[in-house]
Order: sequence, then structure tokens, then C-alpha cells
Amino acid sequence: MTTICVLYPDLLGTYGDGGNGLAIAERARRRGLDVELVSAGLNDEVPAAALYLLGGGEDGPQRLATDLLRTSSFAQRVGDGASVLAVCAGLQILGATFCVEGDDEYEGLGLVDVVTSRGERRSVGELATRVGDQLLVGFENHGGRTTLHGVEALGSVVKGRGNDGKLDGYRTKNIWATYAHGPVLAMNPWFCDEILSAVYGVELEPLPSVADRLYEERRRVLSA
Amino acid sequence: MGKSSPVRDQVASAAVRTVNRLSRMTGRGSGTVVGGRVGMKIAPDLVASLASGRTVILVSGTNGKTTTTSMVVAGWGGLVTTNETGANMPAGHVAALVESKSDHVALEVDEAWLADTLASTRPSVVVLLNLSRDQMDRANEVRHLAERWRKALEAHGDDQLVVVANANDPLVVYAAEVRANTRWCDVPTSWLADALSCPKCTLAISHVGSAWHCTCGFAKPVHVTTSLGDELVVDGTPVALDLVMPGEFNRSNAAMALTALHCVDVDLNEAVRRVNAIPSVVGRFSVRRWNGHVLRLLLAKNPSGFAAMMATLPNDGSDVWVAINARVADGHDPSWLYDAPFEMLRGHRVYCFGDRRLDLATRLDYARVEFVVVDDDTSVPTSKETISLLANYTAFSDWLARSES
Repeated sequence: MTTICVLYPDLLGTYGDGGNGLAIAERARRRGLDVELVSAGLNDEVPAAALYLLGGGEDGPQRLATDLLRTSSFAQRVGDGASVLAVCAGLQILGATFCVEGDDEYEGLGLVDVVTSRGERRSVGELATRVGDQLLVGFENHGGRTTLHGVEALGSVVKGRGNDGKLDGYRTKNIWATYAHGPVLAMNPWFCDEILSAVYGVELEPLPSVADRLYEERRRVLSA
Repeated sequence: MGKSSPVRDQVASAAVRTVNRLSRMTGRGSGTVVGGRVGMKIAPDLVASLASGRTVILVSGTNGKTTTTSMVVAGWGGLVTTNETGANMPAGHVAALVESKSDHVALEVDEAWLADTLASTRPSVVVLLNLSRDQMDRANEVRHLAERWRKALEAHGDDQLVVVANANDPLVVYAAEVRANTRWCDVPTSWLADALSCPKCTLAISHVGSAWHCTCGFAKPVHVTTSLGDELVVDGTPVALDLVMPGEFNRSNAAMALTALHCVDVDLNEAVRRVNAIPSVVGRFSVRRWNGHVLRLLLAKNPSGFAAMMATLPNDGSDVWVAINARVADGHDPSWLYDAPFEMLRGHRVYCFGDRRLDLATRLDYARVEFVVVDDDTSVPTSKETISLLANYTAFSDWLARSES
């Protein structure tokens, strides 16, 4: 049984972030893969999992989530190879430092060498990121400006702001991070399957569904 | 901002009337906002001077503003000045205050405009219904909104102001607890997803039954003056609440509207009779005809609204229509579809309408709800049954406009 764990939906679930767990678990199930979708609330231990999902959150909850993760087994498990999809606040939390209200340099988990400072203005709107020959589509709403140090970006921004107006997110061997918040896996079937394929270590056949039509529509709108 | 001048205010008021009449005649708008904007250009303090000397009740919160304001109007009886078209920012308030001279004023207020409107209208009562995630691309963060409410209430100098506040919504309690004169209402509140982490200290709030508390000491207020269970009790007096309109949330809205009216000495027995009889509010819950279909129009704009509205659907496997847009008034980001518990629609076949029907269909697909994407409206087979149509803001307006009573 492969476990996918949504971390702290009570703190980091501001923008429909629960949709990512729902979409990836459902796409696994429809392919006959064994999957268990769990969530860990702020009073729970971080369970063992093959994939952790971190979402977006407001300042206070982001700080608390970081502190909880700092004293948990999370870093150890990621070091041992567990995969992570980190979105928005989640993207910032894995880095060295980030900004929250009252703190211009709050210490993150330091799993990835990225630094988030306060952006000149809030980034709110549709986000499209070129990832290889694919387009990642979604919506961003954050106040951060993220700088990468020796870490590969997830992709280059086609529309919207992402990290800094040029690049969005980052990518390591087992971490995917993007500012496209909420149901990014539901909207981007190819991205969902890329992560699923990596977590299970198998090649996946396409899985036709209405999500393909949604993706094509958003891609058309955001490429225009 | 200059001092208010009677002559300038009169000129401004006349301008509001003229511009709004023109706007309606030319069919460019519903004629409530544009005139207000013009009036405030001429006299920036126009809301304050128009509201001065009148008894004002304000209603704010994420969900139920329009309905609750209508309940205040109906319950008060007689002529009441109100912004019934839902134009709930200062321009809309100006238009309402110019249109009617009644001394009784009930205004719904956009959550983000509460501070300004408290200061300008100096209300007798402000009703704070609830706070939850809504239009995140515009309002950003709901905890931040609670903080702004709290600061506005702290800064408000009028000790006579009565706050009627929902004791079961931790974000509302956080805002309202700074006032000495608060009437806490213990009314059913189902949406707690935005109040899992304490607004004071961010730790987990424990919810047990209808009680809640945090380890930091922040907790549900003890001294409630209005309680709503099987029966409604206001200040120790039972009130015969029996609404024509459906939904538990509407009973909660009515309880708070009646509490507000009680604070300005309206007789509760007379008020509740008038509130009970309201059939629908600005088309909400109304039964309409369209293209051979009979539709019951239900407005739901955000996750908590959808949760509440889906709970009112008959559990009979009937077809349900849902229409979703993501225009300016809806918020451009439909991510919230994943925060709404659409799993509740399992067992129904759902027809997906609206600009963002594919986002909706994808959400339903992942929730394992049977769905049909309606690309051509005329292709939907008709039935004799009344179909529930849930729609968010601009989709609701579209359906109200295209259907007939």
C-alpha cells in the first residue's frame, strides 16, 4: 500500500489545496494502483508516506506549520526519499527562510536552498509555467519573491509572476514546488501523472477524463 | 476631506438621483452604484450626512448578508431604507440613502468596507454573521479580515453601538469580543473549516458539540442572549420562528436579524410573523421557468454557501443543475470548488453549466459524482420535476435574468 499524506489541511489548505490529494489518489485508484490517502492535522504525528502534499496558508498558520514540521520526522523521511509536492506557502516552508507578518526572516526547514523575501506587491492571478514541453496552468496568490540558489526551477513563467516573474517553483530529485496553488494536480493531469509515475516507479498509460478538456481549455486561454 | 455642507450635500444627492435614473433608463446598469460614485465625488462625506439622525442597522459577513438584511427590513415593518440590490459598498449605500427618506435604515455591508461604514453611518446595531473563505483573489485572507473587523470595532468611539455576533464562529468572536455591548447569538453554524486554527494563537481549536475553545483560553462566549435550537429564544423570551424559506442557515440568519430588531425596540412577535412570511429574497429560493424546465434557484457563492445549500437538497436522486462562473464579482479563482464538499451530490446526476463548467465537472469527477457537461443549453432533456439549480453570483444573475416567474 502506498500512502499519500496531505499535511496540515487545517493550517495549509487555504486555496482548495485538498484537491491535490483527491486528484492524485483518484488517478492512482483508476489505474488499479494501491493507494491510501491520509491527512495529518496539527495535533497529529507526521505519518510515514511515499508522498507528502503541502498547501498554501496564511501567515500565522504558515509559521505554526513550519514549527510543527521542524520538530517532526518530516525532514528525516524526505531525506530518506519520500516525495513532496509543495505549493505556495509549502514551497516557502521547505526553503531556508521566508517572510511572514512580523518577521522578515523566519527560518524554514532548510531542505532546499531557496530564500523567500517580501515581493514588491502581491502576486494574484493566473499563472502559466513552461515545464519542458508542457505547460503548467493554475492560479497564484502570494506575497513572496523566491530566489533559488543552485536549485533547478520547476519551469519558466509564461503568464503571471511565480517566484520572481521569470521562474516558477523548484525541482529536486523528489520535490516538486510551484506557486500554482490549489488544485494544480486536478487541473494538470500530465503533472499529476508525472508525480504519480515517479512515486510508484512505473510508466503510466494516459487516463482520459474530463480533466483533459479542462486542461486544454485553460492552456488555450493562458497561451493566448 | 472638507467639512460637510448642507447645500453641497443637496446638490450631491440630486446628482445621485439623476445619474441613477439615467443609468436605469439607458439600461446600462441597475442604477445603484454609478450615481453613488458621482455623489461622493461632489460630497465625500455624503454617507455620513445622509445617515445622520436615522436609526441604522448594518449587516455584514461572508454569507447571508442580503437575506438577513431583507429579514431586518421585513421584520421592522413599514418603510425601511435599504440597499436591496446587494450594492453593498459606499456608492450603493449612498444610492439607498438618497432613494428613501425613511428613518429606519438597514444596510448590508461588504466585509472589507465594515470599518468605513461603521464610521460613516454610526449605526445603532451591527450584525456580524460569519466569516469564511470567499473570493480569495480579491479579499485575500479571511483571518486578516477578522483582524480588520476587530481593529475597526476597537477604534469605534460610539459606546451605544450594539454588536449582534455569532458566538459559534471563532473569527466573528475574535472581532466582536473587543466590544462591551455585544449580544452573542448561539445559532447553528456548520462551516468551521476556517476556524480550525485559533485566530489568537494559531493552535488548534477544539470543537465539541456546539462548544469550542483553544488552550490559550480563547473560547465560545458564555453569556449568550440569543439561542436557536428547536426553538428560538431571545433574551429569555421564546419566539415563534417558522420560516417559509428553507435551510437551517436561514433560521440562523433570522435569529440574528430578530435580535438586531429587538435591540431597537421592535416587537419580536410582530417582527417574527413578518419574517416568517418572506417567500424569497432577490430571487433566491424562487421557482422559475426556463425552456420547459421548472427550476428552483439557489445562490451559493463559496464553500460554506455550497455546503449549506447542498444540505437542503432532497435526497431522492433527482437531477441537480450547478452553474459556475469566475467573473469579477465571483472572484477569478475557482480553486474554492475543492473546498466545497461536492461529495454531498453523490447519488444525483449533476448538469454542469456556466463559464467554468469544466472546472466544476473535473471537481465532480474526482468526487465520483455523476455529471454531464452542458455545452449546449437546449440539449438538456426536460422533466416535470422541479430541478434545484445551484449557482454562484454572476451565474445566478444570468439564470434569474433568462428565466421567468
